[in-house]
Amino acid sequence: MVTAVTSMGRSGLYDWLMQRVTAVILLAYFLLVGWVLIGGVDYASWKALYSQTWMRVFSLLALLSLGIHAWVGLWAVFTDYLTERLMGTTGNVLRLLAQVVCAIVMFTYVVWGIQILWGF
Amino acid sequence: MLQVSIYRYNPETDAEPYMQEVQVDTGGKDIMVLDVLELIKAQDTTVAYRRSCREGVCGSDGVNMNGKNGLACITPLSETVRNNKLVLRPLPGLPVVRDLVVDMGMFYAQYEKVQPYLLNDSPAPAIERLQSPEDREKLDGLYECILCACCSTSCPSFWWNPDRFIGPAGLLQAYRFLADTRDTATEERLSRLDDPFSVFRCHGIQNCVNVCPKGLNPTRAIGHIRNMLLSRAT
Ligand code: SF4
Ligand code: SF4
Ligand code: FES
Repeated sequence: MVTAVTSMGRSGLYDWLMQRVTAVILLAYFLLVGWVLIGGVDYASWKALYSQTWMRVFSLLALLSLGIHAWVGLWAVFTDYLTERLMGTTGNVLRLLAQVVCAIVMFTYVVWGIQILWGF
Repeated sequence: MLQVSIYRYNPETDAEPYMQEVQVDTGGKDIMVLDVLELIKAQDTTVAYRRSCREGVCGSDGVNMNGKNGLACITPLSETVRNNKLVLRPLPGLPVVRDLVVDMGMFYAQYEKVQPYLLNDSPAPAIERLQSPEDREKLDGLYECILCACCSTSCPSFWWNPDRFIGPAGLLQAYRFLADTRDTATEERLSRLDDPFSVFRCHGIQNCVNVCPKGLNPTRAIGHIRNMLLSRAT
């Protein structure tokens, strides 16, 4: 068994399942938002929608799902192309760096998202 | 005259690999790619490749023909040649020993990892372990693999992580023993596959299915393994 400390849940099955579950949540969220947009919105109705607790919770869920989904996906990309096998120690450094940047970006978006959702 | 472009590399004399252009007289017949290689060897004895059975049974002559992996001995020219041109390269992703001969070490190491043999801790019966015809049928489409490596060397996930991703050939065999009712190590086998690389590096691109000369479907077997892992964990 191969160990992997930086993957999402350390188990391949867990990562795989999380990616599927988050994909479904994201799909549902974007379908809802798309449906609302097609129906036509103005500032008042948009604000009213996002003032409801369920919409805020759903948005937060979608935001967290996006973070998890991106992490699992990008982790796979990084461990494919930024590796010791392909470029020696540089690969390890670059991969770790990419992961740190990725984590910071995701963390920022989540915190920022919470501020937006509960801040108006 | 068939225009053949063949990958040449002899690490003892060549600084780097190059493509050699060869004209081959096929007599206008639809011969196999392996026949073409034999004709080339008659012209230039230094060309190296593996072959043995010449009938798609041994799995030794997996090569890349016009960009697609396959067995040279059972691939007729009509199936691969376009515009009278044939480009022959070694299987991608494995170290080249010489010309079309690759080092299969990494491929076999992954095969070994899945413990490709029956594990059964109950005392062996006097003659043999019996299996119902229905249970035996579950092994169809799995046991026929000849380990030619055409699939694993066409899989991008295997190219990037040949040391951690088991690859389609190994996983097909992993499932062959998971599906065998005479095997009692199912739990142990599954627990060795649950990391993020061994099985889950498969992204279902199906390159493997596309090239298998035996018509096998590693992607489906990988799906079965994933389902077994899922039902075991939930
Ligand atoms: S389906 Fe999976 S094993 Fe087959 S080529 Fe694609 S990634 Fe590789
Ligand atoms: S699954 Fe098919 S392509 Fe892969 S090693 Fe076996 S016979 Fe060859
Ligand atoms: S020579 Fe045996 S499979 Fe082609």
